[in-house]
Amino acid sequence: MNGSDLTAILPLIVLSGAIVTVMLAIASYRNHRITALLSVLGLILCLIAIWPASTVASRRVTPLLVIDRYALFYMGLIFAASIAVLLLSYGYLAARRERPEEFYLLVLVATLGAAALVASDHFASFFLGLETLSISLLGLIAYPRDHEKPIEAGVKYLILAGISSAFLLFGMALVYARLGSMEFTRIAALLAVKDDPPDLYWLTGLALIFTGIGFKLSVVPFHMWAPDVYEGAPAPVAAFVAVVSKGAMFALLLRYFVTTNADVFGPVPMMVEIVAVASILVGNLLALLQNNIKRILAYSSIAHLGYLLVAFLAGGALRIEAVTYYLVAYTVMTVGAFGIITVLSTSSAVAEVEDLDAYRGLIWRRPWLGGSFAAMLLSLAGIPLTMGFIGKFYAIAGGVSASLWPAVIALIVGSVIGLFYYLRVIVAICTPACEGPAAYAGAVPMIGGATLAALTLMLIGLGVYPTPLVHLIQLTAAQMTVR
Amino acid sequence: MILLWLILTPLIGGLLAGFSGRRNSALPRWLSLGCLAIDLALILVLSATHYGAAVTLNGTWLAQFDWPWIPQLGIRLHLGLDGLSLLLILLTLGLGVMSVVASWSEITERVGFFHFNLMLTLAGVIGVFLALDLFLFFFFWELMLVPMYFLIAVWGHERRIYAAIKFFLFTQGSGLLMFAAIVALALINYRQTGTLTFDYFALAKTRLGPATQMWLMLGFFITFAVKLPVVPFHTWLADAHTEAPTAGSVILAGLLLKTGAYGLLRFAVPLFPAASATFAPVGMTLGVIGILYGAMLAFAQNDMKRLVAYTSISHLGVVLLGIYAGNALALQGAIVQMLAHGLSTGALFILVGALQERLHTRDMRQLGGLWSTAPRIGAIGLFFAIASLGLPGLGNFVGEFLVLLGTYRVASGFAIAGTLGLVVSTIYALSFVQRVFHGERPAHTTLADFSSRHMLVMATMIVALVWLGCYPQPVFDTASSGLANLQRVASEHLPASGEP
Repeated sequence: MNGSDLTAILPLIVLSGAIVTVMLAIASYRNHRITALLSVLGLILCLIAIWPASTVASRRVTPLLVIDRYALFYMGLIFAASIAVLLLSYGYLAARRERPEEFYLLVLVATLGAAALVASDHFASFFLGLETLSISLLGLIAYPRDHEKPIEAGVKYLILAGISSAFLLFGMALVYARLGSMEFTRIAALLAVKDDPPDLYWLTGLALIFTGIGFKLSVVPFHMWAPDVYEGAPAPVAAFVAVVSKGAMFALLLRYFVTTNADVFGPVPMMVEIVAVASILVGNLLALLQNNIKRILAYSSIAHLGYLLVAFLAGGALRIEAVTYYLVAYTVMTVGAFGIITVLSTSSAVAEVEDLDAYRGLIWRRPWLGGSFAAMLLSLAGIPLTMGFIGKFYAIAGGVSASLWPAVIALIVGSVIGLFYYLRVIVAICTPACEGPAAYAGAVPMIGGATLAALTLMLIGLGVYPTPLVHLIQLTAAQMTVR
Repeated sequence: MILLWLILTPLIGGLLAGFSGRRNSALPRWLSLGCLAIDLALILVLSATHYGAAVTLNGTWLAQFDWPWIPQLGIRLHLGLDGLSLLLILLTLGLGVMSVVASWSEITERVGFFHFNLMLTLAGVIGVFLALDLFLFFFFWELMLVPMYFLIAVWGHERRIYAAIKFFLFTQGSGLLMFAAIVALALINYRQTGTLTFDYFALAKTRLGPATQMWLMLGFFITFAVKLPVVPFHTWLADAHTEAPTAGSVILAGLLLKTGAYGLLRFAVPLFPAASATFAPVGMTLGVIGILYGAMLAFAQNDMKRLVAYTSISHLGVVLLGIYAGNALALQGAIVQMLAHGLSTGALFILVGALQERLHTRDMRQLGGLWSTAPRIGAIGLFFAIASLGLPGLGNFVGEFLVLLGTYRVASGFAIAGTLGLVVSTIYALSFVQRVFHGERPAHTTLADFSSRHMLVMATMIVALVWLGCYPQPVFDTASSGLANLQRVASEHLPASGEP
């Protein structure tokens, strides 16, 4: 390992340093403000560290990690999302009784796991990153440990995370048994040499790996845990699970499929398409029945992962481009939507504002919050002027370019159904409220409000003029396809 | 650049109005009026400077604006104004002014937000009429829905939420079909030429097999048919029009329905000429069904607003018939019919809205004999009712007559069936006048007559309709320059589409 290698993994090193610093700080002097400040600063330093790393990309660092533009782009996305989640959590945690400091530590460790995932090029680093992420998430989900629901959600997550890891490991073992390598690039080379079609070992292994990843992505039929965990977890943690965990997993799935050329083999695209269609339809239909905003967002996230899988099936350079843009859009709007819930839940010390009825008249009492919530929902529905619209364009373009008409039709039908429940929420926030106890009486924390404003600006700015982002993504995608 | 300002002015006006509404409830109204006036001035200057050239050359663009937007995806900010767009934008601005004035006393709550949505809808509609990039077109197409949704859902009548959601789902859902068709067209073009573009002129040159062409055309057609609305897709219309506030109904009927017709004229037919020719009999059949069925439904209503809403289905059936008859005469008629329908139906909605504001009912069974109390409303109601039934000398007659004449040359059967619509429309229009303005007057009704503000609005619309009915030549000239453009785009396509 030489100097350039160290530069390449600088973001990961900085993050590890930040984790140790925060841990020592908590141990020596317990203070919410200082902990939060240190964590956010650490993540900002990580973001800055991406720049020197990009000068030496792309290179392989140890057999485990590969630092290319793709990995760095997703690291940037993950760091930015974590910063947003931490900023939103600050006011939320300050209003609660639990000791807030370890929360930051857990978020940082989970972020490290996610960042390692997007850079991994080897089953070992894949699994290490995944477990680092999942175990910290478990702590985060069950963080308010005096309450029943978070504990329940945590246990659910624990069990399903265990099962999915088992699937994953078994799949990896099968692939290793067949090909004798755990490096993605080696697997690709070995597959390319063999002239006989891939046998049952390889296909079963791939299917099991896809199942394990599918659990983490909560795509149908592996979605059962998502609504309960989203509902039980604190709102900022739900945002983190929805965005950082799923985003990193999806980035890894894409890297694995692109490097090993996995979906040129027989039934693989079919399998992905079926899962995509099922996720879109089931997610959207079940969301119709919910009255709890967090559950609505959970089911909507299942549907969005389905849209992402449609984009995932596109061919050529469009594939990485479409998935990446969609993931960025999904990150912004999901963090934004959960951010609203977080910010509104600051005023009450115990419960979160998650019942649809509690949102009645929000836009009239809190025009800015209500407006940005409406913008987030419209973006999730894919309406123009928002990032969601461009994302939907990419998803449709992906499906059309691969001539996957069933998936395109499912996407259209799903969007219409989706629109219906997003409109339900919008109707609620626009209905003139009948007089009653306003569930959101307290003041909005300044940091949280500013974060939401920044997210909304980004949502609309990059929705109206996505050119810079598209340019960046195309650069990222180009390097990945060339390799 | 002026074209961009045509869209930006209402957008900026809407934002200003939205923010000023908190302090003062009159300010948003004046700001909106001011912005519309600026827009009107812009377009008049633009057309005055280029008009002569455009008409003589017969089919050029008065102005174009082309600017990269998302260059990596070949998406451009390409706007173009020709005769067809010019007429429809004039209608948009005219009806925009009317709806601001008509809601002057009706809207008292959240005035700022109301005008924000109103102006945003108008900006979207103007964008739809100008866009020459298919992605941009879809962008504006969707953009006008959201503020319209808010107009219905917040300021509407009793069942506003239901109506607003139905409206949004129908139009948005069908829009995605068009979006998929646009993307498919662009990708096919990309495979043939190697450049990814959404440009109208470039995509028109795409070579398509007959089956592909038909599928893509259907994707566009269904979207526009829902908006127009063509009969099996019409159910959203009555609810949305009935529950919307007056200004919302005026814009829905006067403008949003026209975007459907415009889309057929500008995109569905010229981009897929062969498929459209094959499809024409179906299109004309749907048109005739719309004419008759809409008129019959209108006659059966007790709710005044619903009645007016259903007449729209009938009138736009005429437009659909004209578009698919396809000869110059019928197309001219369709365009005149669009303008005349915008004016007459807009006026009827304003009138009905005024009655509802005064009497708090739209049920014709509770009305009657209003002429004696409010002679101005009565007289104006009579005028627009007979305009709507197509009395010679008024705009609607010119439109319907030309469409039927043009259709007779192509398919006489459809023309004859369509003519029956004129008879049915007489029945519903006269029965409307009879039931509302004549007969027994319920004892308790006292109502204020139209104010001079309303009279001014109505007088403008009357003058415009009479002018359209008596001297439509300038409209024909302007429209024909636009039609020549469409012809040219379609003809570029035709020889190529013969290839495999």
